[in-house]
Amino acid sequence: MDHWKRINNPYDDDKVIDACGLFGMMDTSGGRFSGVDAIAAISNMHERGNGLGGGFAVYGLYPQYAEHYAFHVMYLDEAARREAEALLQDGFRVALAEPVPTRKTRGVQDPPLVWRYFLQMRTQDGQKLSHDDYVLQKVMQINTGVRDAFVFSSGKNMAVFKGVGYPEDIANYFRLEEYQGYLWTAHSRFPTNTPGWWGGAHPFNVLDWTVVHNGEISSYGINRRYLEMFGYHCTMQTDTEVIAYAVDLLMRRHKLPIEIVADVLAAPLWSQIEREDEERIAFHTTLRQVYGSLLLNGPFSVVIAHQGEMIGLTDRIRLRPLTAAVKGNLLFLSSEESAIRLVSPQLDRAWSPMGGEPIVGSLDRPLGKREPVAAALAAT
Amino acid sequence: MSVDTLSQKGLAVRIDANGFHHRELNRLIREAVAEGAQRIDLHGVCGQRYIATNLRSGAEIHIHGTPGNDLGAFLDGSRLIVYGNAQDGCGNTMNEGEIIVHGHAGDIAGLSARGGRIFIREDVGYRAGIHMKEYEGKGPALVIGGTAQDFLGEYMAGGTMVVLGLTLNGGNCHTASFVGTGMHGGVIYLRGQINDYQLGKEVGVSQPNRKDRAILRELVTQFAGHFGFDAEEILAGRFVKLFPLYLRPYGRLYTY
Amino acid sequence: MKSYLPPRFVIDRDAERCIGCQVCVRQCSFDAHAYDGEEDEVRSYDENCVGCHRCAVFCPTQALDIRLNPLSYRPNANWRPEAIEDIIRQSESGGVLLTSMGNDKSYCIYWDHLLLNASQVTNPSIDPLREPMELRTYLGRKPDRVELDPASLSLKTQLAPQVAVELPVLFSAMSYGAVNLNVQESLARAAAEAGTLFNIGEGGLHRKLYQYANNVIVQVASGRFGVHPEYLDAARVIEIKIGQGAKPGIGGHLPGGKVTEDVAQTRMIPAGTDALSPAPQHDIYSIEDLSQLIYALKEATNYTKPVCVKIAAVHNSAAIASGMVRAGADIIALDGLRGATGAAPKIIRDNVGIPIELAIAAVDTRLRKEGIRNQASIIAAGGFRNSADVVKAVALGADAVYIGTAALVALGCTVCQQCHTGRCAWGICTTDPVLSKRVNPEIGARRLVNLLRGWSLEIKEMLGGMGINALESLRGNRLHLRGVGLTDSELEVLGVRLAGR
Repeated sequence: MDHWKRINNPYDDDKVIDACGLFGMMDTSGGRFSGVDAIAAISNMHERGNGLGGGFAVYGLYPQYAEHYAFHVMYLDEAARREAEALLQDGFRVALAEPVPTRKTRGVQDPPLVWRYFLQMRTQDGQKLSHDDYVLQKVMQINTGVRDAFVFSSGKNMAVFKGVGYPEDIANYFRLEEYQGYLWTAHSRFPTNTPGWWGGAHPFNVLDWTVVHNGEISSYGINRRYLEMFGYHCTMQTDTEVIAYAVDLLMRRHKLPIEIVADVLAAPLWSQIEREDEERIAFHTTLRQVYGSLLLNGPFSVVIAHQGEMIGLTDRIRLRPLTAAVKGNLLFLSSEESAIRLVSPQLDRAWSPMGGEPIVGSLDRPLGKREPVAAALAAT
Repeated sequence: MSVDTLSQKGLAVRIDANGFHHRELNRLIREAVAEGAQRIDLHGVCGQRYIATNLRSGAEIHIHGTPGNDLGAFLDGSRLIVYGNAQDGCGNTMNEGEIIVHGHAGDIAGLSARGGRIFIREDVGYRAGIHMKEYEGKGPALVIGGTAQDFLGEYMAGGTMVVLGLTLNGGNCHTASFVGTGMHGGVIYLRGQINDYQLGKEVGVSQPNRKDRAILRELVTQFAGHFGFDAEEILAGRFVKLFPLYLRPYGRLYTY
Repeated sequence: MKSYLPPRFVIDRDAERCIGCQVCVRQCSFDAHAYDGEEDEVRSYDENCVGCHRCAVFCPTQALDIRLNPLSYRPNANWRPEAIEDIIRQSESGGVLLTSMGNDKSYCIYWDHLLLNASQVTNPSIDPLREPMELRTYLGRKPDRVELDPASLSLKTQLAPQVAVELPVLFSAMSYGAVNLNVQESLARAAAEAGTLFNIGEGGLHRKLYQYANNVIVQVASGRFGVHPEYLDAARVIEIKIGQGAKPGIGGHLPGGKVTEDVAQTRMIPAGTDALSPAPQHDIYSIEDLSQLIYALKEATNYTKPVCVKIAAVHNSAAIASGMVRAGADIIALDGLRGATGAAPKIIRDNVGIPIELAIAAVDTRLRKEGIRNQASIIAAGGFRNSADVVKAVALGADAVYIGTAALVALGCTVCQQCHTGRCAWGICTTDPVLSKRVNPEIGARRLVNLLRGWSLEIKEMLGGMGINALESLRGNRLHLRGVGLTDSELEVLGVRLAGR
């Protein structure tokens, strides 16, 4: 654990500080499409990054292994691979193990080995734990126990591809135009206090959650300490990790719907709450009292994704940009509108969501030709 | 790239911006202006920043596509017409000139502008017109056809802002909060409903008087002319005037 | 409401020496002296005295003595007089305590724990009076290597814009409004004569000062006052001001009272209105936004000038500085805990930020570890008192320093911390037309040039002693520093060994 912490935060700063451009694109009817558009869009925001990190999350790309946990694992050397694979063999039934296909790319230097594994749990595996917690435990074992191995992603039918370089270079390296998914998120990174390493790029992943993030959270110190009480260890010391764990805690473990999670992370101001009806006052007051330590204070915009859902959210006074747009069944989220227009010039609608207002695209509620956004929002 | 990529027809120049970095694009614009171009049409613009920054000429630049952030930053006399939407920071610290956006604009439109005019056909994002100023005879005008998000006119120190509410569905209230917070100069004319609690505590509300009406008429007529609206119909709506209650909002803040 | 505040100073007027000439009455801008016509006597009012010594210096018979009020509270390590008096002031006003100049608290001044080296036996010291001694420094981004045309071996490398200073001391940002035009003109003339730069601050560049444009650093700060194309074009360096050592993280309010016609013209705002500088620049909420503004300014000036970014030295300065360099800053300016101001909330000035010594060391180390130190120059600011402080800062890793308070002291300032009242009796931190006349730009410039000359000679002496004849050999050369009375952790951050080692 310390190993990656040292690499990710080599100067032992309070945390990793970085910023960026982000992009997300989802076909809410489940139609799969190649990475070409997401790559073009994120690379159109070249100025927002500095070449020290680019990455993509793709959902729905492994339909032939839809029920397998898809592990993407990075190795610095073969020994690490052997060690990690022994662990995987021991913990799972391995349906397939192979290197992630790559091609030589200018701008991508000293790439690590990246392998993928499609894994299933055997009946005897981790009986005391839920499947998710079992997988999480194995991920932690690799990240902390195998010196030069790091798990990029570990969800079902999803994967994270990331590395040091501009996102277009990373995409080219991993041949992302060859994959098809129904949901793509992308990130172009601008770190300030880390030289950048492959695992430190976004998206950040835990189980099938991925987060791409822009901004710097001033409340990081307490967010992190709060999450530690629930067993989350912020090994990467990034805002992104804190957001991912907060969402996992609130949505998966505390079973809160996303709009209430948004009210925690980007809580309404007291002056807004005071104008609500009595029931809402009590509700929001309680939320803030209980989850005050999870308020993400300071500028952020994020695109959070998991199986079947993509969520965009900004801080409550919108200090970071986010543009949302809809075209038919497609939902776009982006730091800049031009990136969306590049891949879809004729949009049904493009707008900037209010600070703290979650924009949700879901396979359960395809946008379709119905009153597009209003329908999606009303349903959430 | 060089100037020969331009197809020069008299004083009108067409530049295909597709794939150009902002530095290249601005260089081409500067070259065209230096050669006397009066009208420049930029096609295929997609996210290039700082278009026409600090350009000192009377040139008219027609932008087709989606220009990037800081469109016309430090603008000093040109006229920019965008056939599409503008992103964040449009007209940042503008000195003179005109920006006309046939669509919406992102956050901080007209930040710290000191002069010139900005017309946005539809909505604007957060903090539009923040810290607009005025100076001697000079004052910026920001006319927003739609509505705005929070912190409209924050810190406003001068100039004129008009918010027409044309994108609000009949009779709907503007939703922006903290309108004019910290305002200590300038004026905002707002068409449509707004509640007191949406206003900064430094903001006064009144009915536009005859002088205000004249200013409104001029700006709304220009707005309507740019975008093909009926000025009279817009002017017939109900306007309120938002103005700073104090020249020195923080006069009592300190202990000397 | 009766004030419970005791006078801070006692004015002793020696009746035998006082000739009743009323010079003190005319010199004091705080009404601490008044002439009583009925009694035909000059009287003093202790409660108004700020301890600036203007009267004592100008009294022709040395009849005046200003002393701290000996009135003592019961000794209490926690409830010291300052704590008590601050509460009294606030309970009588309900406001934010305002103050000025730099942090006056006793936080460790690391300069006083760092000692310089000198050559003995194994290498010779150099006599700067006769041997060449070079202090010239080029500020701006440098590439990592020089490239030659392989055939002709001529230079292929084209450097980003560079600005030379003849000694590593620049005048820090002091805006028109905070100080008056005579002060700025003194600084401008002195900078031009001494071959260095002066920083105009965020209040715009007065017409009269355009003739010194070759030596001016213009600021683009959150208020964007006076920022227009001509201003940017005039600049030698453009500085984006993010923060200031005296008040990290907060904005500023130049009170309307200080915004005279002329100040208003230069700031390009109406006279008499508060000039509000927001806390952040509202187009910079993030590192990539900083990059956006840096390139907006480079684009606006066609890549002809270095862009400097100034921050207050704070906890994560090293990380932030690294980001600034990657965002395109050609120069980074760090303003430490003791950096001064024309007005700041006392609670901020005294409690926010980190000492400049530690910030220089941390930033220089970090940029070197990341291999990007060449890409930006570092200017350090915040409480530099003498040439040894400057030399130590350069040895820690700064390219140059900004001086503000030291320059004002050269003009007469006695650091009485009343800038925020706008009534400076020395005519410095005031725009009052009568008081402003007390600074004569010609004399002011001479005093400043003298100061720079003195420091420059001393710096050469110190360099010569170390056996160095070019400043660049000292820059970041921490082997010429040793620490005394510092903990291991402090030495580690400073990257300096304990004296004796």
